[in-house]
Amino acid sequence: MDEKLEQAVTAMEERFAARRDIFRDQVSLMIAPDRVIEAARTLRDEFGFNMLSDETAVDYWPQEEPRFHVIYVLRRMQPPYLLLMLRAPLNGNAPRIATMEKVFPNANWLEREIWDMFGIYFDGHSDMRRILMPYDWEGHPLRKDYPLGYEEVQFTFNFDEIDKRKSRPKE
Amino acid sequence: MGLETKTGEMGILTTTLEKVVNWSRTNSMWPMLFGLACCAIEMMSAQASNYDMSRFGMELMRASPRQSDLMIVAGRASRKMAPVIRQLYDQMPYPKWVIAMGDCASTSGVFNNYALLQGVDEIVPVDVYVAGCPPRPEALIHGVVSLHEKVRRESLKKWA
Amino acid sequence: MTEIREVSVSELQHLVSERAAMGETMLLNMGPQHPSTHGVLRLLLELDGEIVVNCIPDIGFLHTGVEKNMEAKTYQKAEVMTDRLDYLNPLGNNLLYCLAVEKLAELDVPPRAQAIRVILAELTRINSHLVWLGTSGLDLAAMSLFLYCMREREKILDIFEMISGARMMTTYIRPGGLWRDVPAEFESAVRDFIKIMPDKIDEYEALLSNNELFIDRTKGIGVISTEDCIRYGITGPILRATGMAYDMRKVAPYSGYEQYDFDVPTYQGGDIYARYKVRVEEMRQSLRIIEQALDRLPYGPVRSNNRKFVPPPRSELGVSMESLIHHFKLWTEGFSVPKGGVYVAVESPRGELATYIESDGGPKPWRVRWHGPSFVNLQIMPLLTKGHFVADVVGIIGSIDIVLGDCDR
Repeated sequence: MDEKLEQAVTAMEERFAARRDIFRDQVSLMIAPDRVIEAARTLRDEFGFNMLSDETAVDYWPQEEPRFHVIYVLRRMQPPYLLLMLRAPLNGNAPRIATMEKVFPNANWLEREIWDMFGIYFDGHSDMRRILMPYDWEGHPLRKDYPLGYEEVQFTFNFDEIDKRKSRPKE
Repeated sequence: MGLETKTGEMGILTTTLEKVVNWSRTNSMWPMLFGLACCAIEMMSAQASNYDMSRFGMELMRASPRQSDLMIVAGRASRKMAPVIRQLYDQMPYPKWVIAMGDCASTSGVFNNYALLQGVDEIVPVDVYVAGCPPRPEALIHGVVSLHEKVRRESLKKWA
Repeated sequence: MTEIREVSVSELQHLVSERAAMGETMLLNMGPQHPSTHGVLRLLLELDGEIVVNCIPDIGFLHTGVEKNMEAKTYQKAEVMTDRLDYLNPLGNNLLYCLAVEKLAELDVPPRAQAIRVILAELTRINSHLVWLGTSGLDLAAMSLFLYCMREREKILDIFEMISGARMMTTYIRPGGLWRDVPAEFESAVRDFIKIMPDKIDEYEALLSNNELFIDRTKGIGVISTEDCIRYGITGPILRATGMAYDMRKVAPYSGYEQYDFDVPTYQGGDIYARYKVRVEEMRQSLRIIEQALDRLPYGPVRSNNRKFVPPPRSELGVSMESLIHHFKLWTEGFSVPKGGVYVAVESPRGELATYIESDGGPKPWRVRWHGPSFVNLQIMPLLTKGHFVADVVGIIGSIDIVLGDCDR
């Protein structure tokens, strides 16, 4: 592992009780959700990880503890070019976490998308609205208990049944 | 036979009103600029110089629905976009036709999920479906020519 | 069909200035169907006369639910959907997906496949920049440029059709290498292309670079600084047009890019003109890379030998029992990938394109996150358009080079 990365990871482990996990030469740190904003701020100010490349979430339903992981991907934009991932575990059906917008303004739309797709609310966000789905959509599509919503294949045996339900334009 | 030999040298031809009206409708159908996704790029290729669509009188793509008579729905129609498509269709004056270009407009193509309309014919009546993902510009031109043939067979009462 | 819901001003109050509620400024809807928005993008412009006070982008009109749909398909079937995300960079999307799957599965890729992948990725980059040049020229009223760019693009599409059968959505790059070897005419077709292309690029530059009208419409419009770019996560030609030379192909090289010698073009100013210059220079550098890759193209297989992930050739099916079993397993269940998550990034014509694929050990991905650069780049629209005229908004959208398929997924 790169020396600067090693320094940053060790500092995170000491100060924020992070747990490191190395998979295929990529480092990810598991940090508690109430401390992850401070950890990102420290990484940006002290160690030079100044770009938030991506922020996303993963749903582990039916496992409930934790159900979601929010993943932050940080990059250094000056040599040595490094990549670091932070993971914050969340549980429950209406999970809340503080917003990263104050540290990286980039997180504005990224967190709106996570709210739209997963239902994770970000406290302190300036504009928490749906971004990809229509304004009045109910449900959070990327959760594992949300159905895919596909159209059934119309075979001969269920032709009439599906035909009745099919929507046709009035004109 | 007598009438043709008498009038042939004078430069007169006889036909029905229906045929003339349909012929004139096909010869300069103005499409509305309605490219949604990847099929729009192939539609642009069909408009460009290699597969010229202005041979059919269609090089003028009108952005306003009030000035166009053909809506080529090129690309996937999501549920958020559905009211917009319907509103645009309603704004077009008669006579109007719709070509569903590509697999996603015909039947939602590769994507069978919550976010897309399963075929744009759920909300607007479609005249010609062009298959392909994306259809080649030649396939689109074949679809346009088929639409012309369909229009030639229409009766005057349809849009009266 | 959902009805049209009226969004009251109170919901958007926090986004527009107080003058809007008074009626001093006007809220104009540059709707999803518009000739210059390059797809279905909706912009809410708050205008004071002709000057833009604030601009609120509204996206999601092309949301296709690809991330959820990929979770329901096996790894091979999910790749077909990646072509259609950023539809101007289909082979680049395939490449990214395959790099991520290969990293998860620790699959090797033979050097011939890597070299051909580089050639195809650079051809796709030129193809995307040609469409960008044509359509943003069309927006700024340089209409003949559109026809010239499309003419060159047909040559690239002919090459794609020759290797795979499809003009745009080829799905030619597959995990482990390529689908099949390139035909014999590939090399001569690509060499012909790189022979004529530099003159054509000179032609485009002659039309625009010193054109007073173009310079008036683009210099000093839509300016952004490097610090703002980094704060907002902008990468790609927009970042390089502010002066910072950051390119994924140099920072974290993939697929053999470290062997090729090319420059990362930058320009000062951060305005529309700078982005135009950067992209035109990128086309020239792409031609350089293609020439080097073609000169050094090694011989050998084009797909990995690992039968657990790559189907065996059909000639073997009649003679070997293991091949038959591998074929059967790959076609019914698909290959399984070890548990874990990887984040891979490549340089697309729009910026840093990245994906995070997490697998749970089964044949279907657990989570595929597709990070499209257009999503992040569109966030700066309010910043770029503040204080400019409505007519400049069109030029600015063109210069950011968004593709809504990438943005909405």
